[in-house]
Amino acid sequence: MSIWEYANPRRFMATSTAVLPWVWTAAAVLCATGLIWGFFFTPEDYRMGYSVKIIYLHVPSAFIAINAWFMMLVASLIWLVRRHHVSALAARAAAPIGLVMTAVALLTGAIWGKPMWGTYWEWDPRLTAFLILGLFYLGYIALWSAIEAADQAADLTSILCLVGTVFAVLSRYAAHFWNQGLHQGASLSLDAEENVADVFWLPLVVSLAGFVLLFIALVLVRTRTEIRRRRIQALAARERLA
Amino acid sequence: MDLGKYAFDILLAYGLSGILILGLVLQSVLASRAARKRLEEAEK
Repeated sequence: MSIWEYANPRRFMATSTAVLPWVWTAAAVLCATGLIWGFFFTPEDYRMGYSVKIIYLHVPSAFIAINAWFMMLVASLIWLVRRHHVSALAARAAAPIGLVMTAVALLTGAIWGKPMWGTYWEWDPRLTAFLILGLFYLGYIALWSAIEAADQAADLTSILCLVGTVFAVLSRYAAHFWNQGLHQGASLSLDAEENVADVFWLPLVVSLAGFVLLFIALVLVRTRTEIRRRRIQALAARERLA
Repeated sequence: MDLGKYAFDILLAYGLSGILILGLVLQSVLASRAARKRLEEAEK
């Protein structure tokens, strides 16, 4: 069976109906486990004290904020190349999730930054790139809403998504590109030396897995909503013609 | 549980994040239900 069969809205609806309860359950269990473990059962950091507990929200939300854009990029490219409507609608569905996760990452970062850096905000390369990414999310959502012709809206938002990818990459790697600013490097990495200590790392990974599953569940739910709205529009148009 | 001098910052971060994320989940679910109902009515 080809993956492109899921581009059929009926197939997508049937499959997502079957998997959604499992994804919701796994997301809830992992989010609750990671956050409760991190909040109640981890010690204070020797430098940051108990403020380190913000990491269990800040890192997963920032991870989703950046990777939601990459998911939108892949979906947009599929739309531009293969013209599958479900992929364009999935990109549209992911944008508000990315925006909320960007807001959570910026807010938790600011709240964490005040006691650690002495300021809520600094025009640090990573923070600035993240703020611009948030503005791209807003622009992307506004562009979808501003254009009535659905295919044209999908084309233009896909191009905007390609442009915004620069800031998604910068949000992740700005601390490496410019070796300056307040923000430290990655807390989680494939390079074990860059990771936080195991006592923080384990609940953080569980929390991160929960956020990833929550993102998948939300994308599925919101894509289903977009498909239904598109169907309602098609029925209304057919009725007007009749 | 004593969160020390950062208690307000930690609780503020968790509170605001909870409101935003649960709000997103609630909005997504309600919008999904509304779209399903409207489609069912439109298809009748």
